[in-house]
Amino acid sequence: MRYADTGFDLEIDLTRGSIEKVPNDPRDTELFLGGQGIAAKILFERVPPETDPFSEDNLLIFSAGLLHGTPAPAANRTAVNTLSPQTGLMSHSLFGGFFGPELKYAGYDRIIIRGRSPTLVYLYIHNDTVEIRDAAHLHGMGCTETGDVLKAELHDQGFQVAAIGLAGENRVFMASIDHNYASAARGVGVIMGDKRLKAIAVRGTKDVNIAKAAELFPITHEIHQKMAKSDGCGDWMAVDEDDSFHHNHFAWGNARTRRKDFWSDELQERWTRLKYDHMDRQTGCYNCPKKCRNVISWPGKRRFGYKCFGKDTYHMAAFLELDFSYEILGDAQEYGVDSYSTPQVMAFALELLEDGILSRDDFPGMPDDKRGQFFWLLEKIVRREGIGDILADGVSAAAKRIGKGAEKYDHNTTKKFEQLPIKLGKLNPAYFLMIATGEKMSITQIEGSFPQDPLPTKEQREEFVAKWEAVPDEKFKQYFLEWEKRNEIADERTCEIVDWNEAMHYIDDAIGTCGFVSSFRGQFGGSVPYHMNNLPQIISLASGMEVTKESLWKNFQRIRTLVRAVNVRRGLRREHERPPEDHWAVRDEQYEQALLSMYYKFKGWNEEGIPTRDTLERLDLGWVADDLEARGILEPASTVTARTGTAG
Amino acid sequence: MATKTATKLVKEIRVDISKCTGCRACEMACSAYHAKPRYSSINPARSRIRVVSSEHNDEYVPIRSTDYTPSECNGRRTYVIEGKEYSDCSFCGSPCPSRDLFFEPDSGLPLKCDMCESIPEIIPMCVQACGESALTYHKYDVMVDAKDQERRGGIEIGLENLVNQYGVDAILEGLKRMQK
Ligand code: SF4
Ligand code: SF4
Ligand code: SF4
Repeated sequence: MRYADTGFDLEIDLTRGSIEKVPNDPRDTELFLGGQGIAAKILFERVPPETDPFSEDNLLIFSAGLLHGTPAPAANRTAVNTLSPQTGLMSHSLFGGFFGPELKYAGYDRIIIRGRSPTLVYLYIHNDTVEIRDAAHLHGMGCTETGDVLKAELHDQGFQVAAIGLAGENRVFMASIDHNYASAARGVGVIMGDKRLKAIAVRGTKDVNIAKAAELFPITHEIHQKMAKSDGCGDWMAVDEDDSFHHNHFAWGNARTRRKDFWSDELQERWTRLKYDHMDRQTGCYNCPKKCRNVISWPGKRRFGYKCFGKDTYHMAAFLELDFSYEILGDAQEYGVDSYSTPQVMAFALELLEDGILSRDDFPGMPDDKRGQFFWLLEKIVRREGIGDILADGVSAAAKRIGKGAEKYDHNTTKKFEQLPIKLGKLNPAYFLMIATGEKMSITQIEGSFPQDPLPTKEQREEFVAKWEAVPDEKFKQYFLEWEKRNEIADERTCEIVDWNEAMHYIDDAIGTCGFVSSFRGQFGGSVPYHMNNLPQIISLASGMEVTKESLWKNFQRIRTLVRAVNVRRGLRREHERPPEDHWAVRDEQYEQALLSMYYKFKGWNEEGIPTRDTLERLDLGWVADDLEARGILEPASTVTARTGTAG
Repeated sequence: MATKTATKLVKEIRVDISKCTGCRACEMACSAYHAKPRYSSINPARSRIRVVSSEHNDEYVPIRSTDYTPSECNGRRTYVIEGKEYSDCSFCGSPCPSRDLFFEPDSGLPLKCDMCESIPEIIPMCVQACGESALTYHKYDVMVDAKDQERRGGIEIGLENLVNQYGVDAILEGLKRMQK
């Protein structure tokens, strides 16, 4: 019997219309755990690197995490992976809610989708009954509306639905996949649309088995109870009405303008009232006692939910206030667009208009006010009409197509992907490395375990480390104790800190736990519920595998390296690993490149950022080295030795 | 009029639907507690509490299962509470032929909340799992007619429960088999 895992994958070929239930290999779970980890292996093995993301050969993979369906609280992040047409690289996205656990209860660890359906379809999964069904009647329908219609026609509210809206159907690069009020962004909705797959509806009533149940349950139960009481986990933005941090420090418009004195008591009071006057409730995800999602009813719009910085992006891009975000978020949710990148694309277009690179003729019929303009642009983008068709490919590609100097306005992307609008003064070495080398595309998916800033006094630092359970190694306590100025920390330490930050995200995204109780949250306080010191035991008891801190760390390194290998095969090189040039005002190219080299070396990658054979073999990825050598990406080991021989 | 002369202990789980976040931790915990061996598997479909929800109507109603009813009722009434529409079914805990709720997924037998009765006594698992206190546990005494209590001995109460759960025929069959 398999524990924690179900032991089966669903293989769907939409071109042929075939459905197969295929046993998966427990060895893959040992090596890659699940979620993004195993998805990366499938993409490496089965999608040749020259594949066009819009080809039938591209795979779209929905993965449950290894801990989904077990009693471990807040294990509900479903990972979606594919190749992105925007970056050309591997897309990685996550959404919370109930989908992944339900998939496990239906008896599957993941759904692997290939091909393209001739007509719009949806995938129906009810335990062993799996069907590709016609979705003509869902065409053009909103994301959550699709969910409601499917649940009603299937006469079962228990179905969990993930769907695309009009944006996905029209292959908008910023399209998201939405499940209730949770959303998978960063380049996955577009591929679902390309495959002509409108939705997946899943319902499961099978058991997920636990290896050492009697030992596991009391542990996870205690974590659950602690989480319920703790303010050290979950999204504090759901409850803290003081949002001066984002408004005073992040950049507005096309990631351009900082308004350091924007926040005020009067504003806070007004916005708090606005929120509570329109909020129905706060909701949570499967088996989690936190409630991070604010659910809002706005007059004349469909009810929507938001989390975290998602409530700020639209009004900050438009130089408006919270009421504007509330007004547009319901529409954006139903069209299914990413609320991080989409407002940036819109602000970029309006800046081009302001500066005369685009003209009024490019925006026929667009109103004069900012509000109206954003709504107008949203309609054009999701329908790919006129200028909307160009903008729908994201800022980088749009800038190239527009030309006439528009490229200079593409100033906030890395690897052709829109970054958070952050513009600061002095370089922060750890953030330089994370933004440069990150392959999860958004800093929020990379940072998180080590605090962003030092604490001012020694006493405060001592107090912080005293209750710091999450450190994978005592040395991090030392680093923190000795850290006084943000930019003054030894480069070796910076490498280790970045590595730890990354580790927790790669583990979360494989076992399916939420960053708000793990990888993302430790930086704001010392007491995250999940960390390197308790996860090995939890995974062991749930799955029956023998997992230690060392083996779990190796899991992280293995998955991280494999993701890099997928991208290296698709052309990722050192030259692409550049944070936006204006992310910091003061830059030092020489220092940055030396730091980058040090980091590559630390990771066991060569000067181009390609994992070496030694590194790959140490991580049981010799077969990846063979492939990279066969393609001429790595020099064959024999040549390297021979050359060293001659030189010596 | 009968005189109320004896006390009876009532155990009750109160539900505040306005506090429910829809997390379904209660379902997880109930299914784990009732798995055999205890905690060995998780499956909300085996839970004796289900959160009937409709996210986009902002409705979340945790219902605990009660006695099986062999035929669906005809009293379909609609209640509008603060602008949201509910029906009798929204609050009814009976496993009934009209819906796919509270039936053991393998055997098809109806499921019934047993208040997690155990020795030593525990606070019901669903209540323990509810971080938001949408579910709260209350124990209190009520006065009842002593004669009622006498008439209905332990065996009768137990049998009645079995009959409610499995039906008279199944119980008689079972008794016959045991006699052989
Ligand atoms: S911490 Fe918040 S976002 Fe994460 S699983 Fe819990 S409710 Fe969902
Ligand atoms: S009281 Fe116990 S048996 Fe009843 S619903 Fe709650 S957990 Fe389940
Ligand atoms: S555990 Fe509580 S808050 Fe969560 S679904 Fe159940 S009743 Fe609602």
